[in-house]
Amino acid sequence: MSRLSIRGVSKTFPGHKRNVPPTQALLPIDLEVGDNDFITVLGPSGCGKSTLLRLVAGLETPTAGEIQLDGTNIVGAGADRGVVFQSYTLFPWLNVRQNICFGLREKGMKLSEQREISDRFIAQVGLRGFEDHFPKQLSGGMQQRVAIARALANDPKILLLDEPFGALDNQTRVLMQELLLGIWEQAQKTVMFITHDIDEAIFMASRVVVFSARPGRIKTELAVDLPHPRHYTVKTTPEFMALKARLTEEIRVEAIAADH
Amino acid sequence: MKLLVPVKRESRIALGVAFFIFFVALWSFLSLSGAVPKHFLATPWQTLVSGWNLFATQGFTHDVGMTIWRVVGGFVLAAVIAVPLGIAMGVYKPIEAFFEPFVSFARYLPASAFVPLLILWVGIGEAQKLTVIFIGCFFQLTLMIAMIVSGTRRDLVEAAYTLGCKDSGVIRRVVLPGAAPEIAEALRQVLGLGWTYIIVAELIGASSGIGHMITDSQALMATDHIIAGIVVIGLVGLLSDVAFKKVNQHLFSWSLLR
Ligand SMILES: Nc1ncnc2c1ncn2[C@@H]1O[C@H](COP(=O)(O)OP(=O)(O)O)[C@@H](O)[C@H]1O
Ligand SMILES: [Mg+2]
Repeated sequence: MSRLSIRGVSKTFPGHKRNVPPTQALLPIDLEVGDNDFITVLGPSGCGKSTLLRLVAGLETPTAGEIQLDGTNIVGAGADRGVVFQSYTLFPWLNVRQNICFGLREKGMKLSEQREISDRFIAQVGLRGFEDHFPKQLSGGMQQRVAIARALANDPKILLLDEPFGALDNQTRVLMQELLLGIWEQAQKTVMFITHDIDEAIFMASRVVVFSARPGRIKTELAVDLPHPRHYTVKTTPEFMALKARLTEEIRVEAIAADH
Repeated sequence: MKLLVPVKRESRIALGVAFFIFFVALWSFLSLSGAVPKHFLATPWQTLVSGWNLFATQGFTHDVGMTIWRVVGGFVLAAVIAVPLGIAMGVYKPIEAFFEPFVSFARYLPASAFVPLLILWVGIGEAQKLTVIFIGCFFQLTLMIAMIVSGTRRDLVEAAYTLGCKDSGVIRRVVLPGAAPEIAEALRQVLGLGWTYIIVAELIGASSGIGHMITDSQALMATDHIIAGIVVIGLVGLLSDVAFKKVNQHLFSWSLLR
């Protein structure tokens, strides 16, 4: 059974002023995400990837169509869908541990339990010893690791990530990809990961969903059957190369379309 | 001098003190040389002696105490209403649309011009003094807080919703802590504003307070007393400002991280 089901969902943003026409960001989309799937959404910038994620997160309402999680329509944002944003969104007045416990505290969880859970995720994202640091005392990569831990600590049914490593340097980004994939391989989570980076899309995914240029719609879907656990060396295998060649071509066409 | 490069602590203090010395030197020169007649401008030494006498023999401590209580009292009254109102205006846009135009208009009404009216309405007692300070602080503070709260980072609010917060949780756990350092800073600035209104409030119909002492001294041409009074206001204002700043820095140390 599929965990997340998106049916005929489209989004048009109204124009703000009279002479600004409405923006059609998403054409009707159908997408099913199964339990423990790791899907990556790949597309050129401006094609509506973030819009799709924000619709699933409940931060925007669809113009048409419906989104169901475990068979019930979603209404607004909620703790059952964890989100990691591209921009750094840790609460600057809370330290690492308090940030990770933010959602747990909202649930009214006992302090001892909060501590136990946060300890586990702090260890998992490799931030032991940084519990009392404030976000501004951390590098960008560390901040995103805390953001991932904060979302996972809530034990959401699905984890939504919007180009979470987009602002990081290349080496850090690769490490973060391995870290997130490692967590997924261990914990089994349903994940929807937005990116415009082809390597990233293939490396992490069990399925890649390719978007067309704006207005966005799904152009192709591609299963990635590379074995797990995946190591970064998988990027040099012929299978990976073949997938990459195919996706590069798809994306190139869309990028050219987006440019015109 | 390099652009925007901070100076060392020692040199900062030295530079700050240097200007005070320059100021007093200029004052001494003007008064001692006879460039300005003695009965218009007392010498620094004369002012210091008179200031001392005011405290020692003329019960000036009581005046200072009364003035402080009026400023703080009027300010606290203003803050108690302005802070929740400003927050409500910042988060709920219909409330803002309802109050904002009037408050913006009222902000430009000069508090000092209300003195004659207030004397008619509430007499010459403490209520009049408190009300002047209240009017001077309230509208300004409300607008500043509404603006600060409006500036709450949307991305943090969205993050909180995705972590399971409802509206009340977002206000309590994101809007308030995020705005707190700037609200404290606004309070500090508006308290300073309160000090500039108090003398006007005390010029008419007061039987105590620094402003009352200054009015009395004017009749006697006692410029030394007037200047001493002004300096005391400056010092008390500066002290309250520094204390406020220290408390803010201590409470909101996270906002000072770069
Ligand atoms: N709140 C909004 N109001 C109006 N237009 C928007 C809004 N959000 C996104 N858009 C438009 O929708 C399109 C898709 O945006 P987005 O989903 O952010 O793309 P992506 O994440 O793929 O780069 C863009 O043309 C963007 O300008
Ligand atoms: Mg985007």
